[in-house]
Amino acid sequence: MAFDAPHFSSRTAVVCRGAGKTWAAGTKRAHEALRDVDLDIAPGEFVVFLGPSGCGKSTLLYLIAGLEDATDGAIWSFGDKVETPSPQRSLIFQETSLFPWLTVWQNVSFGLAIRGASQAERRRVAAEALQRVGLKAAMDKRPDELSGGMRQRVAVARALAMRPKVLLMDEPFAALDVQTRARMQDFLLDVWRDSGASVLFVTHHIDEAVALADRVVVFTARPGRIKTIVPIDLPRPRNLFSREAEALRIQLTDLLRDEVDRAFAEQEAMTA
Amino acid sequence: MAVVERDVRPSDAAAGTSRPAARWFLSVGGIDWLTKAWWTCLSVGLFAGLWELLWAVGWADPQLLPPPHIFLSDFGEQGKFFNTATRWQVGQSMGEGPSAFESVMITVAATTMRVFVGLVIACVLAISVGVAVRYWHVIDKLVLPTVTLLSPVSPIAWLPVAIFLFGIGNAPAIFMVVVALFFHMVLATIAQIDSVSPNLINVARTMGASKHQIYGRVIVPAILPGMLQVLRMNLFGAWMVVLVAESTGVGYGMGQVIMLARNTFNPSLVFFTIAVVGVLGFGFDWLLRLAQRRILYWLPDTQEKLRGL
Ligand SMILES: Nc1ncnc2c1ncn2[C@@H]1O[C@H](COP(=O)(O)OP(=O)(O)O)[C@@H](O)[C@H]1O
Ligand SMILES: [Mg+2]
Repeated sequence: MAFDAPHFSSRTAVVCRGAGKTWAAGTKRAHEALRDVDLDIAPGEFVVFLGPSGCGKSTLLYLIAGLEDATDGAIWSFGDKVETPSPQRSLIFQETSLFPWLTVWQNVSFGLAIRGASQAERRRVAAEALQRVGLKAAMDKRPDELSGGMRQRVAVARALAMRPKVLLMDEPFAALDVQTRARMQDFLLDVWRDSGASVLFVTHHIDEAVALADRVVVFTARPGRIKTIVPIDLPRPRNLFSREAEALRIQLTDLLRDEVDRAFAEQEAMTA
Repeated sequence: MAVVERDVRPSDAAAGTSRPAARWFLSVGGIDWLTKAWWTCLSVGLFAGLWELLWAVGWADPQLLPPPHIFLSDFGEQGKFFNTATRWQVGQSMGEGPSAFESVMITVAATTMRVFVGLVIACVLAISVGVAVRYWHVIDKLVLPTVTLLSPVSPIAWLPVAIFLFGIGNAPAIFMVVVALFFHMVLATIAQIDSVSPNLINVARTMGASKHQIYGRVIVPAILPGMLQVLRMNLFGAWMVVLVAESTGVGYGMGQVIMLARNTFNPSLVFFTIAVVGVLGFGFDWLLRLAQRRILYWLPDTQEKLRGL
């Protein structure tokens, strides 16, 4: 392998070189989800992955998280090759992934419990992380007592408690209503600024991409490849009704439309 | 049902009550409890009533299908037959030994103990083996085929084995309960493990949990609700098989009483015993549901939602 040596700058948050993933490789059901992804992500950068559903966005996050192995190419994070999951790279899922049998603060400090931290230490860190997401008062509640938006905030707090350098978010607000989602986006931007972590955020909402991203990575239909990268240098806080924002939305919609059409055509061909 | 509950919402009722005893009763959900008991009585009463009706019009022959008021009435007479515990002791006649009530209690306690011990052993073994099968690939390969092969075998087939291995006494009955539940529960445990949300496991992985920690802190708590459900399903199986076991290789117990009733052609005694088993099984189930609600405080109450449909 040409990329084995960790010769990439240890200051780059994520480096993908020729990264690809074929699920069930070598079997009859093998299918390629992701092909030849080259991507560099700077520390503290907010990058949004945009693409039609099924194009491999989640797959790429899993590869970067180290939860799945790339079948082609390789990925590095801060100079180290990604081979296993690491607390440095926290993943937040679309559906609630809180442990229903633990209270909110126990969920948030789960990672510390794994490391054998004392109860006092865990409670202190959990309180701090929950403070940052504005849910300190809910510490002793159970997940099923919270609304969907609150649960996702707890999930963010749980990720923050690990002090990650890269925050991977897989359509975290997709299940929320429009108003809640807008509030959560503002909240996420605050958290991101405070934490200094890079955020890799998957969505299929163009509005969300325009609201959040420093750069939008647009993917092709499956197998997902990078189609283009659209930088957004609108100042924050952003006016989403400005002419520039509108122009971006139109540009991204055009880019995405072709891919959605292709994805549809492929699905129809498969079922025909 | 809905009407009854709406009329007696505990909080509404409690607000209008000043007597402390009444307030305590309402605060612990006494009304809910009473409503439930009332429906249980009604359910059983309807069934018994139907039977009595069939007897009254002469369709149910009291010699073969004695209705409840007959087989429950002479408790003293029926209870004596439960005295199988001491009956076979040398020099003991039917009239001596424990009273009817004591005999019933001794027999019931013996059978209940066998069910309980068997359940606990089966549970502990099955969950351990099920988890081990998923934890170590070798165990999966080595153990799973045999477990799958043996799980369709009827407990009846194990009866001779129980007697060969353990002779008579408590051991063969407990063995029968264990063997009747173990294989299914292993398979159920594995199915539960396989249905744990991969997200929960991935969360633990990204936080650096070891395999051991993932099993201990995620998988075991996550399968607990399902396992209690499995346990409840198997509880009735345990009650069924214990009677089979007791009817042969054991000195005393409910199964022996049924055998005695069969051999002496005593339908009243059969139904009396069935009634006792029913009450015991019901009680066990109730306790288990209570435990379920205590242990699994985090589960949503789907039953309530279904009832609202
Ligand atoms: N664990 C898996 N095993 C097999 N195939 C998978 C798995 N996860 C995703 N896929 C497949 O990979 C492709 C990309 O999926 P995914 O990354 O979830 O897309 P996206 O997140 O962009 O909607 C899909 O065809 C999907 O069926
Ligand atoms: Mg996805």
